[in-house]
Amino acid sequence: METKTVKQVRTGLNGDEAVAYAAYHADVDVIAAYPITPQTIIVERLSEFVYNGLLDAEFIPVESEHSALSAVVGAASAGVRAFTATASQGLALMYEILYIASALRTPIVMALANRALSALINIHCSHDDVYAVRDAGWIEFFAENVQEAYDLTIAAFKVAEDKNISFPVTVSLDGFILSHSVEPLYIYNSQDVVREFLPRREPLIKLDPDSPITMGALALQDYYIELKRAQAAAYEATPPHIKKILDEYSEFSGRRYGFIKKYMIEDADIGFMVLGSTAGTMRHVVRKWREKGRKVGLISLTLYRPFPIEEVIDAVKGLKKIVVMDRSYSFGSPYAQLSMDVASALYDLDERPELINVIYGLGGRDFNINTAEEMWEKINRPGVKKIWVGVRGD
Amino acid sequence: MGMIRRLSDIPREELFVSGHALCAGCGIPILVKHVLKAFEGPKIIVTATGCLEVATTLYPRTAWKVPWVHNAFENAAATASGIEAAYKILRRKYGYDKKVHIIAFGGDGGTFDIGLQALSGALERGHNLTYICYDNEAYMNTGIQRSGATPLGAATTTSPAGKVIPGKPQPKKDLIFIAAAHGVPYVATLNPAYIVDMYNKLVKASQIEGPKFLHYFTPCPTGWRSDTADSIKISKLAVQTRLYPLFEIENGKLRITFNVRKPKPLEEYLKLQGRFRHLLEPRNKHILDSLKEGIERYWKRLEMLSQLEYIF
Repeated sequence: METKTVKQVRTGLNGDEAVAYAAYHADVDVIAAYPITPQTIIVERLSEFVYNGLLDAEFIPVESEHSALSAVVGAASAGVRAFTATASQGLALMYEILYIASALRTPIVMALANRALSALINIHCSHDDVYAVRDAGWIEFFAENVQEAYDLTIAAFKVAEDKNISFPVTVSLDGFILSHSVEPLYIYNSQDVVREFLPRREPLIKLDPDSPITMGALALQDYYIELKRAQAAAYEATPPHIKKILDEYSEFSGRRYGFIKKYMIEDADIGFMVLGSTAGTMRHVVRKWREKGRKVGLISLTLYRPFPIEEVIDAVKGLKKIVVMDRSYSFGSPYAQLSMDVASALYDLDERPELINVIYGLGGRDFNINTAEEMWEKINRPGVKKIWVGVRGD
Repeated sequence: MGMIRRLSDIPREELFVSGHALCAGCGIPILVKHVLKAFEGPKIIVTATGCLEVATTLYPRTAWKVPWVHNAFENAAATASGIEAAYKILRRKYGYDKKVHIIAFGGDGGTFDIGLQALSGALERGHNLTYICYDNEAYMNTGIQRSGATPLGAATTTSPAGKVIPGKPQPKKDLIFIAAAHGVPYVATLNPAYIVDMYNKLVKASQIEGPKFLHYFTPCPTGWRSDTADSIKISKLAVQTRLYPLFEIENGKLRITFNVRKPKPLEEYLKLQGRFRHLLEPRNKHILDSLKEGIERYWKRLEMLSQLEYIF
């Protein structure tokens, strides 16, 4: 698709700054956040926008991430546009409220600068933190680069606030690799431009003295399961609405967004699947390997939850092997998290590719063309199911 | 309407309605119904997990005729902060023209213990909201476990009157002064036996900008092993023995709002409650003495502080 440069300017920002600009351009109303590396630049920039009068928003400098999410649940319940950002330990501290935010149908947008979980304490990228959100009833996007971090954050507000959706949304960007790397990107000229795509929020329900409601009631054996069934049904109905908004955003921005991205996959024998910034690296690797005659291709997910089952099934058709690359590990599970999703999505197929799970990049360990070559060697060993790459002595 | 002189001055309209499941003799509904009357006009209520929340919003029923939200146990103050910020922006950015009271309720567990951090954050940030702690001196909703608000010597299910350790070994946390030390404009103590005093403090809180912290003493017949008919009597004795004095700190100035010239013996208060029965045995006299000493020191301190121009 041709890039529309009208009303957009080309600039250079790191991923955190891009997310901050996106929240600013989305004219967010309430921000509550707590500093944590590698997310901190997001709240620093937003503070500057607010303190310098560029953004008319309430910035709540909370005393913990638990209160950050609690406060934006409160703000979103009152009907305004609410944003927070965190990573790793901060997201873990929010865990309790993740489920509440979804069940109360609060359309919060939360940026996650993905970072490994302690111990050992580390500030660099793993995706293990994000899996706290996986089962909680949020919609989850992964950005591959700084442009996507910006675009998906803007689109995320429209997704969250859509009357047919009304669920909270996360936008993940790889810690340091994207959060702290300056890349060229297009951003809009002003809030007014973005308002054409994203008008002021019109809440479905809200805490309003003129129309009192009770939110967050107690429901026991006699009602809880019906209410959860209703929440599940509402969530399961979201994909077409998410797709529609991504289509609208693609039209608006001139940049194409869908649930998944495919690269040289149609005639491939071996497909690779990734989340986040490694998609860019792997696209380069796939191109190089194609030159060597290896019939490889790539699938990367922009939407992680709800898991794009149909798109994944369609993309793996004809593959002999699908190599699912997890930047995380799940102790005691058959595979790491993304691989488990893929395995269960493919289970019902009569013909499905062999699945190999690759664990890579934990705690920010670089994944480069040499690591990719190590991966190629290991996945071609007979009988492999799960391998680690980029590990000394492995 | 504003301040009142007698009970009959209190507005009749009920915004907290009957049919809830709070226990007979519980002091919490007395607080809530008066809060909803004294804070005139539009209001939004946040309630921490606890007795008040579970007993008033059992789906599909609700006892609340005002907008109400429960988020979790430890975050009522943070949730209220977000709502307050939202209404601030609704007024500033979108022309919403009403003043909305943001009021949070939490029990002593949700306030003295697990919610203290969120409360401290909200008070420090200066949100225009009122946080009211209903203190029944233990985790009653989960079955009478000790909290930071449980008084010295009281028996709970996690501080039983044991043969070696007779009740809670530690004294009650002084949350009222901890809250006041944040430099907030208004802090006050409330008691269900002194409705006019309580009501006027609520009215005052409703008229002050900034964070307000109110501490409400409430009997719990289930947890205290007291007669449900004695709740108001016990509440009155809590004041008359000088155990829980009625006072307020307004813009740093402390004022005792009910002067107890001649305190009643503490035993009169203790003997009505099973949780203190063991303290009246001779072998536990040292605990009783310690409690009495604490009361005397606290009262004297209040009297001295009330003489000062300001204390915070």
